[in-house]
Amino acid sequence: MNVHEYQGKEILRKFGVATPRGVPCFSVAEADSAARQLGGKVWVVKAQIHAGGRGKGGGVKVAKSLQEVHDFASKILGMTLITHQTGPEGRVVRRLLVEEGADIRKELYVGMVVDRGTQRVTLMASSEGGMEIEEVAAKHPEKIHKVAIDPSIGLTDAQADDVARKIGVPEASIAQARKFMHGLYGAFVECDASLAEINPLIITGTGDVLALDAKLNFDSNALFRHPEIVAMRDLDEEDPAEVEASKYDLSYISLGGNIGCLVNGAGLAMATMDTIKLFGAEPANFLDVGGGATTQKVTEAFKLMLKNPAVKGILVNIFGGIMRCDTIAEGVIAAAKEVKLSVPLVVRMRGTNEELGRKALKDSGLPIISADNMADAAKKIVAAVSGKQGRPS
Amino acid sequence: MSILIDKNTRVITQGITGKTGAFHTRLCRDYANGKACFVAGVNPSKAGENFEGIPIFGTVREAKQQTGATVSVIYVPPPFAASAIDEAVDAELDLVICITEGVPVRDMIATRNRMRGKKTLLVGPNCPGVITPDEIKIGIMPGHIHKKGRIGVVSRSGTLTYEAVGQLMDLGLGQSTCVGIGGDPVNGLKHVDVMRMFNDDPETDAVIMVGEIGGDDEETCARWVKAYMKKPVVGFIAGVTAPPGKRMGHAGAIISGGKGTATEKLAVMEECGIKVTRNPAEMAALLKSVL
Repeated sequence: MNVHEYQGKEILRKFGVATPRGVPCFSVAEADSAARQLGGKVWVVKAQIHAGGRGKGGGVKVAKSLQEVHDFASKILGMTLITHQTGPEGRVVRRLLVEEGADIRKELYVGMVVDRGTQRVTLMASSEGGMEIEEVAAKHPEKIHKVAIDPSIGLTDAQADDVARKIGVPEASIAQARKFMHGLYGAFVECDASLAEINPLIITGTGDVLALDAKLNFDSNALFRHPEIVAMRDLDEEDPAEVEASKYDLSYISLGGNIGCLVNGAGLAMATMDTIKLFGAEPANFLDVGGGATTQKVTEAFKLMLKNPAVKGILVNIFGGIMRCDTIAEGVIAAAKEVKLSVPLVVRMRGTNEELGRKALKDSGLPIISADNMADAAKKIVAAVSGKQGRPS
Repeated sequence: MSILIDKNTRVITQGITGKTGAFHTRLCRDYANGKACFVAGVNPSKAGENFEGIPIFGTVREAKQQTGATVSVIYVPPPFAASAIDEAVDAELDLVICITEGVPVRDMIATRNRMRGKKTLLVGPNCPGVITPDEIKIGIMPGHIHKKGRIGVVSRSGTLTYEAVGQLMDLGLGQSTCVGIGGDPVNGLKHVDVMRMFNDDPETDAVIMVGEIGGDDEETCARWVKAYMKKPVVGFIAGVTAPPGKRMGHAGAIISGGKGTATEKLAVMEECGIKVTRNPAEMAALLKSVL
């Protein structure tokens, strides 16, 4: 789960990470009063969306007067911000963060991730603040410093100081940087984060160490112990289809193609999407109905897929193990009837009672196309949708 | 032989009285030698009772002492799964298979750290389990789709593993052992660990390795295969069409920071001499071609 920058900073401050003072705003009037309340001569008006690259897209502006704050807030609120992470359709800005301006002397990068190899939280830091860390990793791998943190003792002072020096934190600010990194690690562990990125971390003219930006990502498996983080969820930032799917315990992700797929199991679902592409078409979605592919779940899954106007055909691929194919076939038939299916449907079922399942589909009187294997299924749906023979590309 | 488990393995079920645990314990008990293999359950509040004849103990240690079991399987709910693993590790079992899906990563980091230097091996969490066909199945895979043979299967996903097994069966190829290592980012055995075991198993002739996007376990395994594997290996990686930054069902199946793409994994596997297919319907046919 993602949160907005202002929410991330709120969390980090609780753990002793210093940030500029700021106020989240939902209207221009709120932005005006936030700027007055913050005082000073320089403010930063920042679009709050769950995507990076906001500055380049025109979503972050430095204001040198209250009038400018007003003007920028008016311009940014409600705009469709397009960045390299939003996709071409962009994201509507509904929230702002108005912050006091900072006197930036140095821009650095500090991040934390769970490293699968070492099975530990890894602190990553670089002197190249403000740049995409992937870009730094590709161009200047020597400028990225990594420290695997022992979970039984946590980040040590020596580790924190060493990293701070390596990325060029001035000696006078080392103690502050240490406190900053301890705070970040504390927040990461206590809140079950899966990713934390402070880009940039800045050193100000007076030597203060501040998080100018904050990106936090949380382990969705651990949200049960963080109601305060769940409360920060912003459904406007999520795909409505994915939100709807989660209500029915379906794992769904929208993609750009025109063939809807309904599969049991995440690996098999990805493999099915790959097969569709292999035969020259693109999947419209990833959809894992999970182990218990009940009639209700299958029906909801069909409804979800068909809400997408791009969907021109559906491929169902089920490996019936514990769940029998005849049961699944009944579910598919009931769902197809309930949604009055009007696009081609190819069903491939394998496993327990597959003959019974196929017979049920055949006897249903519905124009369901049966397939023997995944490749056959992909070929058939691609052919049905495009009106021509699917071939491996 | 086989790897990890066989008909002489004795198993403790942690979470035997829960809905999932009870359901799958019945299926495991009814598979092949299961009646002799599944000897104990654990539930602190039901110690002294039994589950359809399988005695329930208060702790893993006690279950081990009383029955001689050396392996456990875990079905307990996600918030308690990591401490269930800890308990099995403290009882010095040889192997723990954690089926539970949705275990917080932080819990697994702590648990894996505690396991350093201990003898217990872990499979999972968030995995279908392990089966040595016609001898024993520990987990949630459908037993009857398998049969005994000489092909090893190692995979991060559930139904895609069954798919590979189904294809092998169509070609008349049985399996020595199938290991579902699970789809979580912080887990126990990795592809490479299982591959080593298959390499040393005289009853395994060749291996199908099924991977998916995220991490670099497949690459690590491929490099090991190039250096040490004496048997043919074929592979498939799911997720060529997966967009970056999106978690594809499994917690670990995510392309992040441009790393862990299927294309990259397939390229490394090919460089390392592993025959790969981009068509998942051809996994078994590819394997047959290298025998």
